Amino acid sequence: MTLIDTDRPPQVPAKEWRARKPALLIDGDHDLCPGCGEPIALRSLLEVIEEIGWADRALAAVGIGCYTALTGLLDVDMVQALHGRAPSLATGIKRMRPDRLVFTLQGDGDMVNEGLQEVLHSAARGEAITCVLLNNGVFGETGGHMTATTVLGQRTKNTLSGRDAKYHGHPISMTDLLTPLGGVSYVARGTVTTARDVEKTRRYLRRALEAQIAGAGFSFVEILTMCPTGWFIPVTEGPGYLNETIAPVFHTGEFKVEGMVQ
Amino acid sequence: MTRKFVEGSEAIVEAAILAGCRFFAGYPMTPFTEVLDNMAAKMPEAGGVCINAESELEAIGMTWGALATGARAATGSVGQGLSLMQESFSEITRAELPLVVFNMARGQSDYYQSTRGGGHGDYFHIVLCPIDVHEAVEHVQLAFHLADLWRNPVQIYGDYLLAHTAEAVELERIAYGDLPPKDWALSGDLNGTGRSRNINSIGMFKGAKGIQPEQFWKRLQAKFEDIKIKEPRHEAEFLEDADYVVTAFGTTAKFVRHVVREMRAEGRRIGYIRPVTLWPFPSQAYIDCAKSARGIGVFELNGGQMIDDVRLSVLGAAPVEALGGISSDESGFGIGPLLNTETIRTILEEAYVRATGAKAMGAGR
Amino acid sequence: MTRTVIARGTVTIDIELCKGCELCIPACPVDVLVMSEARNERGERYPLLKPGCTGCGACYYVCPDLCFAIYQYDKPLEIEVAA
Repeated sequence: MTLIDTDRPPQVPAKEWRARKPALLIDGDHDLCPGCGEPIALRSLLEVIEEIGWADRALAAVGIGCYTALTGLLDVDMVQALHGRAPSLATGIKRMRPDRLVFTLQGDGDMVNEGLQEVLHSAARGEAITCVLLNNGVFGETGGHMTATTVLGQRTKNTLSGRDAKYHGHPISMTDLLTPLGGVSYVARGTVTTARDVEKTRRYLRRALEAQIAGAGFSFVEILTMCPTGWFIPVTEGPGYLNETIAPVFHTGEFKVEGMVQ
Repeated sequence: MTRKFVEGSEAIVEAAILAGCRFFAGYPMTPFTEVLDNMAAKMPEAGGVCINAESELEAIGMTWGALATGARAATGSVGQGLSLMQESFSEITRAELPLVVFNMARGQSDYYQSTRGGGHGDYFHIVLCPIDVHEAVEHVQLAFHLADLWRNPVQIYGDYLLAHTAEAVELERIAYGDLPPKDWALSGDLNGTGRSRNINSIGMFKGAKGIQPEQFWKRLQAKFEDIKIKEPRHEAEFLEDADYVVTAFGTTAKFVRHVVREMRAEGRRIGYIRPVTLWPFPSQAYIDCAKSARGIGVFELNGGQMIDDVRLSVLGAAPVEALGGISSDESGFGIGPLLNTETIRTILEEAYVRATGAKAMGAGR
Repeated sequence: MTRTVIARGTVTIDIELCKGCELCIPACPVDVLVMSEARNERGERYPLLKPGCTGCGACYYVCPDLCFAIYQYDKPLEIEVAA
């Protein structure tokens, strides 16, 4: 089999179209699981921050979840928040530094379980922050437990036969809750299962951050990510499971743009 | 000279603004509400921000974020609201942020909560406990200074009486020493350098995978030991020849001090100590007076909290007894029948006679 | 016997970062990625590149371990491969 050398850059004239990692990521060597969607989402966010020229003015309030393990590599000034509390920290940061680009990085357990009040009130007040939700429908860090976004039928450690509405209630969609609020200017949901989805998600992230920069109020991007470990499936089945089980419940797209419901 | 006749709540807010506080977030609760009201009115005029948060949890969260940017920021509540904030208090303290907290407690039963680090983990807040509005104005400014000096939260333990009593006070900025620059504050200028900041409570830093909390927490512990040496403060009167010593904290102490002075004037060899810092507790004052006093009486309006610290200080060198007790009016806000100089006089007289064997003074002294 | 394959781009792969998740394999629209038999320091198989890359970046987009950098040639390259 003829193979192409992939150790060194090409020896013929070429342009580097996509660098291996954004400058705002110290290293790609992280400890998250094989097939995890969160690093893809984070890398997209950092690339977008660089593209719009705000790399040296971005500040983060980070929640608690698997993604917390990435913070050692996230080369942005940040404060570590408690579970669910990042939106209030981001509020305090932005009120004192309105000239900075302030975002939160939170999982579904963090934002939709523990911190639902925080994000709703921050959004209703129209705080000029961008909240980023990494939604994999489980508490990944503790080993795969049900959250408020676990979909009906999904198996987790506390819904071993699949989430049943009668015993475990119904999932909550953040885009449904945030879109109607007056203080909210941008709401979108994307995934990271294919190249096309990742590129769309990058576009959503860019528009959310631009809304903040324009002083338009609260902006929000939810990113559905694969969690084969928390879903108890083989790694290669992650994207398929997401598209078949989760994405049909949590639709992707832009729900609110420039304050107008889409 | 700016002399104003103001209620404690307003004085505290004016003092905070004088000290450079430019962020406040709070949630209404009696008897703290007027602090929030005053902040809402005065903070914007001073170029700062005051947010009426959706609950105490978010109030402390917003203040946490503001602190992270290097601003002088504060929050406040009453004991019940501080209960909600405890998890954040622990994280903020161990992240070494200079939080200032205005606790307008419903009486004296929140001593444990304030001095024992009411949340999880090994941590302490410096607690300043003013006797009146005049001292509160000084304490508020001192609080912001100590918080920045030590990179540790400082709490003002006030109460209903403090918040709602009006006094004529000087509202002048007090100058303390120079402070180091806040290089640790978030700004974005280190983004992309590999050395960007992570303000956290477990010793995480950039470029490292995993955490090494032990070193970090031991360094914090050494800081608390240093604060215990350098920052205890107390007020004392008549200790040199005291046969019996009474101790009290906060606004209650003003009543006790008045009675002690009265008894002294009538020949009783009674002394008085008031801790000005509830933490670090000024143990040395008690250790010293226990050498010669025949007894120490703790007059506090709760089920017995500060008495633990007095007992731990003297370690049996003198008998320590509780003289106060739970005392409240119908509101439950902590102004009860024991807060009365005649009642206190009777209690201290009995205690003095019991401890010293002195002859009781006649009725209608 | 050989045939000519056109490549419009190429990739570099940091094989030591790879955790063997194999998400890049089905992502590649021209099927030029194949997992190795050999293993890296982590003990995982890693992707190898056959001729015919278009430089589309699909692998870069979907890789959770940030193994790929994508290059696009100034001019398409003709590569002779065994038939």
